[in-house]
Amino acid sequence: MLAWFLANFSAMVFYCLAAVAVAGAVGVIAFRSPVHAALSLLGSFLAVAGVFVLLHAEFLAAVQILVYAGGVMVLFLFVIMLVNVRTLTGEGQYVRRLVPAAVVLGIVLAVLIGVGVVAGGQGAVADPAALTAVAGVPLGNTEAVGWSLYRDYLLPFEVVSLVLLVAMIGAIVLGRKDLGAKEGA
Amino acid sequence: MSAYIPILLFILVAVSFPIITILIAKLVQAGRHDPVKAEPYECGIKPTSEAHDTRFSVRYYLIAVLFVVFDVETVFLYPWAVMFRKLALFGFIEMFVFLAILVVGYVYAWRRGALSWV
Repeated sequence: MLAWFLANFSAMVFYCLAAVAVAGAVGVIAFRSPVHAALSLLGSFLAVAGVFVLLHAEFLAAVQILVYAGGVMVLFLFVIMLVNVRTLTGEGQYVRRLVPAAVVLGIVLAVLIGVGVVAGGQGAVADPAALTAVAGVPLGNTEAVGWSLYRDYLLPFEVVSLVLLVAMIGAIVLGRKDLGAKEGA
Repeated sequence: MSAYIPILLFILVAVSFPIITILIAKLVQAGRHDPVKAEPYECGIKPTSEAHDTRFSVRYYLIAVLFVVFDVETVFLYPWAVMFRKLALFGFIEMFVFLAILVVGYVYAWRRGALSWV
């Protein structure tokens, strides 16, 4: 019993995390209150971060928590608080028009996942050793990411700072224009 | 997997702290409820709207966007800090250039008054 438990431990953790992630995603569309929906999405994000840890993608897990659970969630909550969306009442009429699109997209996604699962065992898959080793020496995932990011992908890394700079200046330019009209708010 | 025991302890403390705090508050509170007590705090001024109706100034959003940009910057600092010794001076100069470009944005935000409130 104990041996079976230990052997299947990571599988059980995965199914727990997957259940939390799916439940959180369902909660996003099921909760009437936008704040509750956002918190449900937060739970989903954290569960996905846990799945990344199980896959030994520790850096991705850290990014998931820092950027998604931290930054993106802040943006969502700010939008909710800025535009004053109250608890939704009744059925949204415009949502019904999206049902055919949702069905088509769902079928496409299911087919893609099916193809991915069937073809998963074949073809080139990223070498897991490359993601957990530096110059042949096994190390943590974060170290390996850092090594390849700061040695092999030097230029893309520096370009990222330019992209962030553009995002920052763009936000300020657009934001100040918006603020001018709302002065005294 | 044993490396995650400290993280599990962190999660355990983080989850149990609010639960224990709420339980202790429930135990020691006098239990005298009053509608005035339930009003949202408005610096002593009578609230003009319900708490969930209160809209935040759009200025907060610019702060939030700037926060996300610097948040993404932090993500790049994290593997760099882990590999700092191995990357040595090369990595230091590399990160210096990265941060210098972002400081341009920071100075711009400062000069444009995006960080000042009034």
